[in-house]
Amino acid sequence: MIELKQISKRYQMGGDIIHALDHVDLTVQDREFVAIIGPSGSGKSTLMNIVGCLDYADEGEYFLDGEDVSELSSRELARIRNKKIGFVFQQFNLLGKLTAYENVELPLIYQGISMSERRELTEQALERVGLKDRMKHKPKELSGGQQQRVAIARALSTRPTLILADEPTGNLDSKSGYDIMQMLHELHQQGNSIMLITHDEKVSMEAQRRLAIYDGKVFPVEADLPEEVLNA
Amino acid sequence: MKIIQAFKMAFKAIASNKMRSFLTMLGIIIGVLSFTVMVGIVQGSTQTLTDSMSNLDPNMITTRMMGRRTATLTMEEIEDLRGKGSVNLTAPLISTTLTAKAGVNTHSTTVEGTTDGYDQIRGLEIAEGRFLTESDVQNRTSVAIVGVTVADELFGQRDVIGETINIDGRKYQIVGIFAEKGSSMGVSQDDHIVIPFTLAQRTFRNTNISQFYANATTENDVAAAVETIEAFMLEKTGNEDHFNVQSQEATLETMNTMVSTMTLLTGFIASISLLVGGIGIMNIMLVSVSERTREIGIRKAIGAQRLDIMLQFIIEAVVLSLMGGLIGLGLSAVVRYVVIPNIPASLMGENGSLTMVISGSVLTMSLMFSVVIGVIFGTYPALKASKLLPIEALRYE
Ligand SMILES: Nc1ncnc2c1ncn2[C@@H]1O[C@H](COP(=O)(O)OP(=O)(O)OP(=O)(O)O)[C@@H](O)[C@H]1O
Ligand SMILES: [Mg+2]
Repeated sequence: MIELKQISKRYQMGGDIIHALDHVDLTVQDREFVAIIGPSGSGKSTLMNIVGCLDYADEGEYFLDGEDVSELSSRELARIRNKKIGFVFQQFNLLGKLTAYENVELPLIYQGISMSERRELTEQALERVGLKDRMKHKPKELSGGQQQRVAIARALSTRPTLILADEPTGNLDSKSGYDIMQMLHELHQQGNSIMLITHDEKVSMEAQRRLAIYDGKVFPVEADLPEEVLNA
Repeated sequence: MKIIQAFKMAFKAIASNKMRSFLTMLGIIIGVLSFTVMVGIVQGSTQTLTDSMSNLDPNMITTRMMGRRTATLTMEEIEDLRGKGSVNLTAPLISTTLTAKAGVNTHSTTVEGTTDGYDQIRGLEIAEGRFLTESDVQNRTSVAIVGVTVADELFGQRDVIGETINIDGRKYQIVGIFAEKGSSMGVSQDDHIVIPFTLAQRTFRNTNISQFYANATTENDVAAAVETIEAFMLEKTGNEDHFNVQSQEATLETMNTMVSTMTLLTGFIASISLLVGGIGIMNIMLVSVSERTREIGIRKAIGAQRLDIMLQFIIEAVVLSLMGGLIGLGLSAVVRYVVIPNIPASLMGENGSLTMVISGSVLTMSLMFSVVIGVIFGTYPALKASKLLPIEALRYE
C-alpha cells in the first residue's frame, strides 16, 4: 500500500521556485489500478519518481507498505526498487548493449539468485509478453512496441507487487499501445497494484480509479476540476 | 555469485566498445612494454658484465703509481714482496703497442713485458708450450708467448711453437700460445705477445714500472695482502696519493653497486610511464562514467546497489589494465626474441651486443603493477559512478 502525506517537491529555476508537487495526499491500495492524468509539466513523472523511490520529496511523509521511506538507507531503497517495484518508462530505458534476455535477467542478477532460477524467471517473463523467440535480439533490432514489451518483462521478472508505468504507450502506435494496456490489465488481474501515468484521457479510462494532477496538485477526477485541467 | 556476474558484465562492456577499450589499454601496454624492455636490457647487460668478470680471479690485486713520480719501483723490489704477509705472487707489467713480423706478414699488437707468475695471477691459460720462467727473465732469453689472434695474423695457423717472430729488430722464439679467451666488454683478450720483463725494458727503452699485479695466498686474505702492499708502497713513495692498490673483489663490488643503481634508475623511469598509463585509464574511465550515466541510472532503477555499480567499474578497470599488462608482456617477448636478435650488427658497433632478460620478478612485478594501477585509477571513477542519484542519472542525456 502506498500512502503519501503532504508530499512536496520544489525546483529552483533561476529566481523562480517551481512546485513540481504541492502538498500531495495520495493512497493506493494493494491490487488497485490507478491512473494519474495530467498535462505536460504538471508533475506526473516527479510523482512517479518519488513513489518509485528514485527521488526524495522535500517535504511530507511517504509510507510504502507501512515503512517510512525517508528513514531508509540508499541500500534499502535499492532493495525496494529491486524487489517490490517494476518500472515501465516512456523511453523504455533498456540497455542497448544487452540482448532482450539479458535486459530482463538484470534485476534478477542484482537479487543474487542462482543462474538456473534466473533462466526460468527470465524465460517466463519473456513468454508472458510473447517475445520468447526474440530473446537474443538487441533493443535496436526490435520495434518500439516490442522494446516496451521487453521493458514490461523486465519489470515483472522479479514478481514485484507494484508496477509503475510512466506513459508506457506514449511512444507507441495505437495497436502496440493496446497490447501494452492488455498486459497491464492481465498483471492487475494477477494481483499487482498498478500506477499508470498518462496524459491520454482514453488510456486513463481503463483504470479502476482516476486521479488528475495539475500544477503539482492531485484531485480525484470525479471532483470539480479547475477549468484548465478539463481543457488541457 | 555476484562477483562472477560483475566479471561477465565487465567483459561485456569491454567487448562492446573495442576502440575505447584499446585506447584505455594503450597506456598500460606502452608502460609495461617500456618497463620490461628497459629493465630487461639493463639486467641483460649486467649479466654479460658479470659473466665476463667471473673469469677474473677475485683475489687479484692491482697496484698503480699515480700522479707525479716521487720514487721508482724496481723488478727486484716487486719480487721481494712475494711471500710477504699474505701476498703470494707478484709480477710487474709494462706494455706498449708494437709491430710484430713473421716472413712477409706484419701485425700491430700489444707487447707486454712481465715475469713468471703473471700467468697465474691473471688466470692466463697456456694452450701449448710454456709461460716465462725465472731464468728467461734473468738471462734475457728471447722468447715470446703469443695470443691466438697474433698466431692467426702472422702464421695463418695456431701450431706456432718454435717459430720465430721479429719485434723491433729482435728475433724471438715462440715458446707458448695462450688458450683462446674471446672478448670481454668489447675488447679482444687474444691479441697480445708476452716477452721477458728485462727484454721489454730494453726494447721499450723504459725502466719505469708504473703498475704491478699480485695475488693473495687465499681468497680470504685479500684484504691483508692489500694492506701489506699498501704499507710497502707508502714506505716507498711517502704519499698515499701517489699510488693505488685495488683488489679485483673491490672492483667487483663497485661494479655491482653501479649495476643495481642503474637497474633502480631505469625501473624508476619506466614506472613513470606506467603511472602515465594509469592516469590514461582514469581519464577514459571518467569519460566512460559520464557516457554511461544513463546506463547507471537504469541499473540503479532496477535495483543495483552502490556496491554493484562500484564493482562493475573497478573490475572493468582492473580487467582492462591486466589485459593491457599481458599484451605489453607479449610485445616485450617479441622485442626479446624477434627484434633484438635481428638488429644489424653494424648498428651496434664493433664487438657490441644487446641482450635482454625477461626475469620472473620483472614479469610478476609488471603484472602486479597493472592490477594495482587498475584498482587505484579505477576507484575514483567507480566511486563517482556509484554515488549518482538514480533519478539524476536517468535524466542524463
Ligand atoms: N530536475 C528538474 N529541475 C528543474 N525543474 C524540474 C526538474 N524536473 C522537473 N522539473 C519541473 O517540474 C515540473 C514537473 O515536471 P514533471 O517531469 O513531473 O512533469 P510531467 O507531468 O511528467 O510532464 P510530461 O508529461 O511532459 O512528462 C515541470 O515544470 C518541470 O519543469
Ligand atoms: Mg513525465
